[in-house]
Amino acid sequence: MVSVALQATAAAGMAVDIRGVSHAFDLEGRLLPVLDGIDLQAAPGEFVALLGPSGCGKSTLLRLLAGLDQPSEGAVLGDGAPITRPDPSRVLVFQDPTLYPWRTVRANVALGLEARGLLKRQGHRAQQAIDTVGLTGFEQAYPHQLSGGMAQRVALARALVNDPRLMLLDEPLGKLDSLTRLAMQGELVRLWQRSGMTALLVTHDVEEALMLAQRVVIFGPRPARIVGELVVDRPHPRHRDDPHLIALRREALALLGLSG
Amino acid sequence: MSASTALNAPLPATGAAGRPAARLWAGGLLAGAAWIGAALLIALLPDAIEVGRTTELAASAGLIGLALALGSLAMPLLGAAGARLRRAGPWLTVLPLALAAWELATAKFALLPLPFFASPQGLLEVYLEDWPRLGESTLRSLWLLLTGYLLGAAAGFVAGVALGWSRAVGYWVHPVLRLLGPLPATAWLPVAFFVFPTSGSASTFLVALATWFPVTVLTWSGVSGVNKAYYDIARTLGASPTFLVLKVAVPAALPQVFVGLFMGLGASFSVLVVAEMLGVKAGLGWYLQWAQGWAAYANMYAALLVMAVMCSSLVTLLFKGRDRLLAWQKGTVRW
Ligand SMILES: Nc1ncnc2c1ncn2[C@@H]1O[C@H](COP(=O)(O)OP(=O)(O)OP(=O)(O)O)[C@@H](O)[C@H]1O
Ligand SMILES: [Mg+2]
Repeated sequence: MVSVALQATAAAGMAVDIRGVSHAFDLEGRLLPVLDGIDLQAAPGEFVALLGPSGCGKSTLLRLLAGLDQPSEGAVLGDGAPITRPDPSRVLVFQDPTLYPWRTVRANVALGLEARGLLKRQGHRAQQAIDTVGLTGFEQAYPHQLSGGMAQRVALARALVNDPRLMLLDEPLGKLDSLTRLAMQGELVRLWQRSGMTALLVTHDVEEALMLAQRVVIFGPRPARIVGELVVDRPHPRHRDDPHLIALRREALALLGLSG
Repeated sequence: MSASTALNAPLPATGAAGRPAARLWAGGLLAGAAWIGAALLIALLPDAIEVGRTTELAASAGLIGLALALGSLAMPLLGAAGARLRRAGPWLTVLPLALAAWELATAKFALLPLPFFASPQGLLEVYLEDWPRLGESTLRSLWLLLTGYLLGAAAGFVAGVALGWSRAVGYWVHPVLRLLGPLPATAWLPVAFFVFPTSGSASTFLVALATWFPVTVLTWSGVSGVNKAYYDIARTLGASPTFLVLKVAVPAALPQVFVGLFMGLGASFSVLVVAEMLGVKAGLGWYLQWAQGWAAYANMYAALLVMAVMCSSLVTLLFKGRDRLLAWQKGTVRW
């Protein structure tokens, strides 16, 4: 199934450093604190999962890392430099696929290449990314002709085509059926291993976090604070009935306040 | 099989699946008979009023009837054109009946007061005898309409995108737009004919102005209504501001732009007629007024019909363009 060969460069992954970041939104004059003193580091090439209750501020944190917003307090660094604006080396796969409805699947995927003027020379990479997410044959389809899961996969391919050094994933598998979801989880791990990029994955699914990540960071309810961290010291591919994972799962649920 | 062909595969034609295509089109024979009947009625009944071209009218109706009858017999040879003809069948049957009724009410029994109601052969006479003047008027109208419309639409599109995109432009242009935009373009008529060197340029300006307002407002609302996430995604993928405007904002706003273009076209038609009647003294609007002044009502109806065909064709053209550009949209208004 895998046919894409993303070049693993020497320093493919980006080091991420979140220092004392707090963030608040202005809701009609009232401040809504969303993030509260977050300190989090990810080494180059690390795969970190972020778990937390709905509405606690996980998507907000990813937007800060993508450079779409600036934190109210603290600093967000990529390879030691402050992140002040979006850059194609850091891509964000949104919770909602948000494809451009007037573009075909291929044109959606190729958007990053087109925006950077690389379409002529590297157009074939769009096809590779489409193949990687298993949408071969749907290149000319329009978004309204796709299922929710297919749209999500197009969004993933659109991010992959940029060869990112930091991949920010906001519940990218949330809309997939459980079978496709399993397949895509394996695919994500292989992509991450091959490219050497740093990956930050937001998910609601404890099992998914444990199956994929090397480290799981758990947030409390809004305003989000880090309440715990689990190291998943198991090589890939993992098995969901691994007793170590089952123990970690119980621990994670306890940190989330879900099982007594 | 590639997915795109699977997606585009046409639905099986119900006729082809159900039963073999009929060799003979009965509805077409009926329509042909109706036209021939109308032709006989026109030719054989004596005229109650003095009109020329009765023979030509009867001959035209008869020819249409014969063509339809032949078409119904040769239906298997006509292919796609035949299918379209079949769809028009009911209309092709009702039209000769309406023609016959009109003919009876005017030329044959003079039931409608003359000269306000023209007979069918009266109209035909205008087309056969006054076509040079009518043709020239049509061309002049078309030229004025197209130059004014294209100028206004281009200016409106640019203004709308700038308004939707730039805060500074919005600050300065918005109040002006709010104050002057809703003013009917025809209200500018006296000023325009005074300010512009020729009545032609003044009329072009008025048509452009009438087009400009709806195109501006709808383009603007389209651009400012674009889903902000479209910009965020494009920015994380490395898009420059130019790319955001041209490749994100404009295509996302295009459905609204076409609503504006459609409304602008309607507005430009009405301004065109007024400008021609009062200003340039040429074109179909002027022809209408001239015909009315001479009580040449047949000429008036003839010009109205030409104008209707012209406006409708332009709207059709616009919708065709929209369907091409917005092929990704489903369930848009048909024209
Ligand atoms: N642009 C915004 N303006 C105001 N408030 C916002 C904005 N974006 C997010 N919020 C608020 O910030 C809080 C956190 O939002 P966020 O989207 O980061 O949550 P989340 O952890 O991703 O939740 P979920 O898991 O449900 O996606 C929410 O209460 C939301 O109402
Ligand atoms: Mg979220």
